[in-house]
Amino acid sequence: MATQAFDRTPQAPAESPDNKPYFDGCREGKLILGKCKDTGKLFHYPRHVSPFTLSNNVEFVEAKGTGEIYSWSVARGKEPFCVAYVKLDEGPIMLTNIIECDLDALKCGQKVKVKFKATEGDGAPVPMFVLA
Amino acid sequence: MKNPAYIVGAFEHPTRKAETKSTAQLHAEVAYGALQDAGLQASDIDGYFCAGDAPGMGGLSMIDYMGLNKLRHYDTTESGGSSYVIHVGHAVEAILQGKCNVALITLAGRPRAEGMQTGTAVRSMGVGVPDESFEIPYGRTIATMHAMVATRHMYEFGTTSEQLAWIKVAASTHAQYNPHAMLPKVVTVEDVVNSPMVADPLHRLDCCVISDGGGALIVARPEIAKSLNRPKVGVKGWGEAYKHQNAGGIDLTYSAAAMSGPMAYEKAKVKPSDIKYASIYDSFTISVLVQLEDLGFCEKGKGGQFVQDGGLISGVGKLPFNTDGGGLCNNHPSNRGGMTKVIEAVRQARGEAHPKVQVPNADLVLANGKGGNLGTRHGCGTVILERE
Repeated sequence: MATQAFDRTPQAPAESPDNKPYFDGCREGKLILGKCKDTGKLFHYPRHVSPFTLSNNVEFVEAKGTGEIYSWSVARGKEPFCVAYVKLDEGPIMLTNIIECDLDALKCGQKVKVKFKATEGDGAPVPMFVLA
Repeated sequence: MKNPAYIVGAFEHPTRKAETKSTAQLHAEVAYGALQDAGLQASDIDGYFCAGDAPGMGGLSMIDYMGLNKLRHYDTTESGGSSYVIHVGHAVEAILQGKCNVALITLAGRPRAEGMQTGTAVRSMGVGVPDESFEIPYGRTIATMHAMVATRHMYEFGTTSEQLAWIKVAASTHAQYNPHAMLPKVVTVEDVVNSPMVADPLHRLDCCVISDGGGALIVARPEIAKSLNRPKVGVKGWGEAYKHQNAGGIDLTYSAAAMSGPMAYEKAKVKPSDIKYASIYDSFTISVLVQLEDLGFCEKGKGGQFVQDGGLISGVGKLPFNTDGGGLCNNHPSNRGGMTKVIEAVRQARGEAHPKVQVPNADLVLANGKGGNLGTRHGCGTVILERE
């Protein structure tokens, strides 16, 4: 059995000054992580406050865009698609979709790489993943 | 009277589809039901607890609607379906601090009458919610986010769909005796795993019902409990804890019950093996499995073995659970199951559950609520109740 993932057009993300570095990165095809300069630790989702120390001593760094599936599910229905948590090679795990795949053959641990997907209207593209 | 406070009143609304009643009316009806159960008057209430299901700003509109005019303590802690379990602990603490004597906790809602697609629609909590920009584009739903917990549990521990199905089988076995249950038909493991897939690996029968209704509790100080003609159900232990995405350091194998449970056991000075009955929040079968492990009823990763072959069926298994049929079969009023978890635990402790599912000598019982999303952000509340 094989079920091809439906090619859905995602709802545009709500953008704000807080998440601007991330979605500016998306527009340039870059996957951005937050980095706490107090601890040196990376984080997702990027924000202007360190979720480790609460200080604003943060910067935004580019991730390689590769990782593996930490967990996944398929929203079944007329237009089935995969929701997944992907563990980036840098460490943080992010919510995403696995696209252009057979929904009946997904497994935790599969290697994936980022592919930016246009959203509705003039919304920022968002990072999704395809099997590597 | 050896406990700091007592649940003296408990009431579950019998409706499952409230087309002709308002949400405020349902709150008031369950409040009245709990007062009647306790043998108290509305004028006795001096503490009020409610959560996000109460219409208006916090609980102000409900205080107005119900005409509560002796309040000197008020708490609107919002943690989704676990709120009311957490409220029980807060009520005990308020009573211990002398802030109130008689605390009313209410829950009500009518998502079924309103046609809500609770688990399978992409829902927003409002404007400016920081995490939603990173979630809504991916079409995540309550069902898919819980399903990912199940996927990971299966991957790490070898848990199977058939083992998860046993949780629904146990709930349905109990629900057949509940005349108010939405799904009173006993189902088999095969029925569950052959029901349509909603969000891999969760099938339709792994998911709870969508129902209207509500419930209320009254928590009172020992002197008042002693004066009432009801069984004495003391709050012996309570705990609350919160879990989130941890800046991307996500571990889906446990819930906040791994923290709230030990707090409650420590206060009560009891251990999991002392518990005779447990109400466990059952938004999905996987929610139950993870909480059972986190509450110490079995080792982490062994939940599948614990629940299979009737492990949760009253009179059969090691730990009778959700003897009203739970959210999986009975009801899930306002999409928030914590209230009904406490109510059935009170029934068990009083010996007032249905005779077919009543646990003999259920003098020590536990209720655990989980609210929010198991796969993202949630809070858990645990209470341990003792029949004196």
